[in-house]
Amino acid sequence: MPAISLAKAPQPAATDPAQIRNFAIIAHIDHGKSTLADRMLGITEVVDPRNMRAQYLDRMDIERERGITIKSQAVRLPWRSGLDGKEYILNMIDTPGHVDFTYEVSRSLAASEGAILLVDCAQGIEAQTLANLYLAMENNLKIIPVLNKIDLPAAQPEKFAKELAKLIGCEPSDCLLVSGKTGAGVADLLDQIVEQIPAPQGDPNAPARALIFDSVYDVYRGVVTYVRVVDGHLSARDQIQMFSTGVRHEMLEVGVISPEPIPSKGLGVGEVGYLITGVKDVRQSRVGDTVTNYNNPTKTPLAGYKDPKPMVFSGLYPLDGADYPLLREALDKLQLNDAALVYEPESSAALGFGFRCGFLGLLHMEIVRERLERESNLSLISTAPNVVYNVKLDDGKSIIVTNPSEFPEGKIMGVEEPIVRATILAPSEFIGAIMELCQQRRGSLLGMDYLSEDRVEIRYTLPLAEIVFDFFDKLKSSTRGYASLDYEAIGDAEGDLVKVDILLQGEAVDAFSAIVHRDKAYAYGLMMTAKLHALIPRQQFEVPIQAAIGSRIIARENIRAIRKDVLAKCYGGDISRKRKLLEKQKEGKKRMKMVGRVEVPQEAFVAALATDADIDKAKAARK
Amino acid sequence: MSDLSFYVHIPYCLKRCGYCDFNTYTPSELREGGTLETVSGDYIDAVLREIDIAHLQAPDVTVPTIFFGGGTPSLLPPRDLGRVIAAIKEKWNLANAAEVTLEANPDSVDAARLAELRAVGFNRISFGMQSAVPHVLNILDRTHNPENIAKVVLGARGAGFESISLDLIYGTPGESLEDFRASVTAALALGVDHLSAYALIVETGTKLAAQIKRGELTMPNDDLMADMYLLVDQLCEESGLSWYELSNWAKPGHESRHNIAYWRNANWWGLGPGAHSHMNGIRWWNMKHPTAYKNALFADASPLQESEVLTPQQKSDEAIMLSIRMRGGISLSDLSQGQQDKVAEYRQSGHLDSKQWDAGTLRLTPSGRLIADRIVRELVV
Repeated sequence: MPAISLAKAPQPAATDPAQIRNFAIIAHIDHGKSTLADRMLGITEVVDPRNMRAQYLDRMDIERERGITIKSQAVRLPWRSGLDGKEYILNMIDTPGHVDFTYEVSRSLAASEGAILLVDCAQGIEAQTLANLYLAMENNLKIIPVLNKIDLPAAQPEKFAKELAKLIGCEPSDCLLVSGKTGAGVADLLDQIVEQIPAPQGDPNAPARALIFDSVYDVYRGVVTYVRVVDGHLSARDQIQMFSTGVRHEMLEVGVISPEPIPSKGLGVGEVGYLITGVKDVRQSRVGDTVTNYNNPTKTPLAGYKDPKPMVFSGLYPLDGADYPLLREALDKLQLNDAALVYEPESSAALGFGFRCGFLGLLHMEIVRERLERESNLSLISTAPNVVYNVKLDDGKSIIVTNPSEFPEGKIMGVEEPIVRATILAPSEFIGAIMELCQQRRGSLLGMDYLSEDRVEIRYTLPLAEIVFDFFDKLKSSTRGYASLDYEAIGDAEGDLVKVDILLQGEAVDAFSAIVHRDKAYAYGLMMTAKLHALIPRQQFEVPIQAAIGSRIIARENIRAIRKDVLAKCYGGDISRKRKLLEKQKEGKKRMKMVGRVEVPQEAFVAALATDADIDKAKAARK
Repeated sequence: MSDLSFYVHIPYCLKRCGYCDFNTYTPSELREGGTLETVSGDYIDAVLREIDIAHLQAPDVTVPTIFFGGGTPSLLPPRDLGRVIAAIKEKWNLANAAEVTLEANPDSVDAARLAELRAVGFNRISFGMQSAVPHVLNILDRTHNPENIAKVVLGARGAGFESISLDLIYGTPGESLEDFRASVTAALALGVDHLSAYALIVETGTKLAAQIKRGELTMPNDDLMADMYLLVDQLCEESGLSWYELSNWAKPGHESRHNIAYWRNANWWGLGPGAHSHMNGIRWWNMKHPTAYKNALFADASPLQESEVLTPQQKSDEAIMLSIRMRGGISLSDLSQGQQDKVAEYRQSGHLDSKQWDAGTLRLTPSGRLIADRIVRELVV
C-alpha cells in the first residue's frame, strides 16, 4: 500500500531533505487541477473518504463556484514510492491559474524544485499556462508534463503530447497520462514526482532562512504565514524575525497542512508549512520576505519577489451612499488578505463618495468586487476600468493619472500609456479574426508560431488600455471560446490620447469621462450618448447629452422633456393603492442622483458603465 | 351634522372587458351555469345588512351623495337598486338635492328602464361610452353599438335625469388622435353635462396585458397620450365643460359631488365586496369576493378585510396627491417654503399656472396636469 498513515510518516522537523519533494501544479482553469489535487489527497489517504468533497483545497466560496484558485495552498502528502519502496514527503503547492495572479504563481514556483504541467488533453495548452510554464523553466524547475482527462471521449493525447514535447524539449512519450476523475495514472504520477524532481538542498546548520510565499488573514488566528524553509530550522519555541523590517515576532504556532493544519515542533530544511505569530495584517508578513531566527539571524536574505504593481484602476462606489463606511471597512478587511489591492478615497459628483482601487488585472478586479459585495453584503457601482497614464505638461513636469477626471485640462505635451506583450493561443482557423481584433485595438504583430498543425501562438504588443475594457470577451466571442490570452507589461509608450467628457445639460459627468485614442473618441462619444439617451428618463425640461473633447462637441443626443407622468384615474378605492405607490416612488426618488438639475436613476449609471458582457451576464442570471 | 357619502358596489358583469381589473364577476365565474338572477338574488339583502352596520357606526349623519358603481349596476332590476336607496333614506337624512348616481352600460337600458331607474331615486347617470369608433371599441371588448349612446342619452333626458355624464377611454392600441377626436366630438354633440376621459391603463393580469406582452397589441406612446389629453381638454372647454379634476369636465353645477368627496378626503362608506371606505382618517376595505362578503354578513359578522389608520404624514401626502388633481389646487399657505421652492421651477416650464401662483394657489396648467404625479413627488420627498 503506497499510502502511509500520518502518524507513521516522517514527522515535520525530523524529515531528511532527501525524502522531501516540493512541487507546484501549473494548469489553466478547467484543466482539472483541483480534481487531480482531490485525487492526490484521496490516494495518499490524508483525507478520509468520508470527509472528501470536491475542490477540497479551495477555501473561498468564490473559488468553488468559479472553479478557480485565487490563493495558493501547500499540502504535505506522505507517500511510499512504488519504485523504490521508500517513504517520502510530497509538498504540493497549489497555484492560481489566471494571468492576474502570475505573481502568486511565481511565489509558488520559488518554493518548489519541480512543477507538474497539467494540460487537458481535449483542449491543449492555454496561453496563461504557457506563460507560467516559461516562468517555471526560467526558475530551473524540473517540469513533468501531464495530460489530464484521458477518460474523455474527445481526448487527443497524442496530438497534445507532441505539442507539450515541443514546448518543453522532451519526447512525446515522456508525457504522463492521467485522469483526475477516475484516478488512472495518479499513483504513477506520484512515483514520478519522487523519481524526477530533485530533493531540496540546504544547510541544516546555517542560520534559519525561510521564504514567505503566501500570507493569509484568518479571522480566528490572525495572519497565517506560509513558508518554505531553505536553510536551518524553525522551532515552535523560537522567536523569529522578518528580514525586511527587522521586527521580532513571537511564534505562537508552527505546523504543516495535511490538509488541515497540524501543529508541529518545527520545520527543517526543504520543508513547507505555516507560522502563526499573532499579527493582524498580511503586510506585516510580507510575501517574498525572509523569515529568520531572532537570536541567530541570517545576514543574507533569500531572493524575494517584486511587489505586484496595480495595472488596472476603477472607482468603486456604494449604491447607497450611507454604505460608504461599510465599504471602507470591507476594503480594509480584504486588504488584510490581499496585499496587491490598493485603494484611496475619491469622490464623484455623480456617484458620491467611493474609492479609486488598483488591481492586478480584470479578474482581480472582478473578484475583489464580488468578495466585497458578497462578504460585506454591499451593492456597488464600478466605473469603467482604466490604466495609469503619465501626462507630460508643457512646463516639463508630468503627472500620473489614474482617474480620467483628473486628466489635466490645459495644454499637454504628450501622454504615455502602459504597453503589454500579449500572447494568444487559438486554433489556426481564427487567425484572421484575432488579427482583425488586435488591429482594431492598436496592436502590432510581433510574431506567430504553430504549436501543432492547427494551433497557433500569436504575439502582439497592445496598449493595456485596449485590453482592460472588453478585449477578452470580444476575443472569446470571435473565436467561439477557443482562444486564450496572456499578457505582461513591457513598459510605457506615447499615444495620441484625448479625454472625452460626457455632458448632461452642459455639465460633465465625471463617472463617464474616458481617456481614449483620438481615432476612437468619436465612437466612444456616440456610444455613450446613445446609451444614456436610452437610459435616462425624460425630465421636466429638454436635456442635451453631449460628448466633448475639451470644448469641442463631437456627439449629441437630446432627451425631450417629459409630457406624461400621471395616473388618470383616482377613485375612492384607488387612494390607498396610489398612496402606497407614492411612498415607494419617494424611496426611488431618494436614490436618484442629481447631475446639475438632471435626475439620473442609479440604474442608469450602472447600466451605462456596464460592458455588453456584463449585460449578458445579468440577463443570464435573471433566467 | 357631518356628511357621509355612500358608494354601492355591484360586482356583476355579463362579460369581462379585456382591459378591466375591477372587482367584478360574470355569473358563470361565480357558479357553474349560473345566471345573473341566481347569483345576485340575495346580494341586495347582504348590502342591506351592511347598511345596518353603517348605521350603528354613524347614526347621525347627512347623506349628500350615493353612487352605484361596479361591475355593471344597471344589470340589476331597478327595484332592487331602489331597495338600497330606500334603506339609506329610511335610516338617515338625505340632503336636499342629494346626488344619486348610477353607472350604466348603454346596452343594458332603454327608455322604459331609464324611467324606472329615475322613479326609484336616481337623478344622475353616467354611461360607459368609451369610444365612438368601432375598431377601438373592439379592442376594448366593448359590445355596444356606438349609435346606442345617442339613444340612451336622449332616453335619460326624457326620463328626467338631472345630470348626464359619459365616460371615454383614450390611448387604446390602434387609436389615432383623429379617432379620439371623433369620440370626443360625438360625446359633446349629445349635449351631456359631464365628461370623464381616462387614459387606458394596462393592469397586470388582464387580457389586454397578455396581448401586449405577446406583441399582438402595442400601447401608444406617451406623446400621443399627451396630445389626446390636451385635445379633450380643449374640446371640452370650447363646449362649455370646464375641467374640475384631472380627468373630469363639467358644465357649471354638474361636477360630480360624489367624486369630489373622494378627492377632498371627505367621509364615505363603501358598501359591497372589496369596497373601500374612509372616515376621519381611517380607511378600510371589505372582503373582495361576493360569496365571502355575503357569507360574513349572513352569519352576522363584519365583512371587513383590513383597515389602516393614517399617520399625519400619510394624511398630508394624500391631501397633496388628491388636491393637486383639482382645479382648486393647493393653497400655497398649506405648503412649506421648502416645498414651494422645490416646485417653483415648474412655473418657468409652464406646468404651473403663474397667475394663480401669484394669487396664492398652486394650480396645474394642462401640460402640468399631464405630469401631476411627478410634481407630487417633488412636493412629498
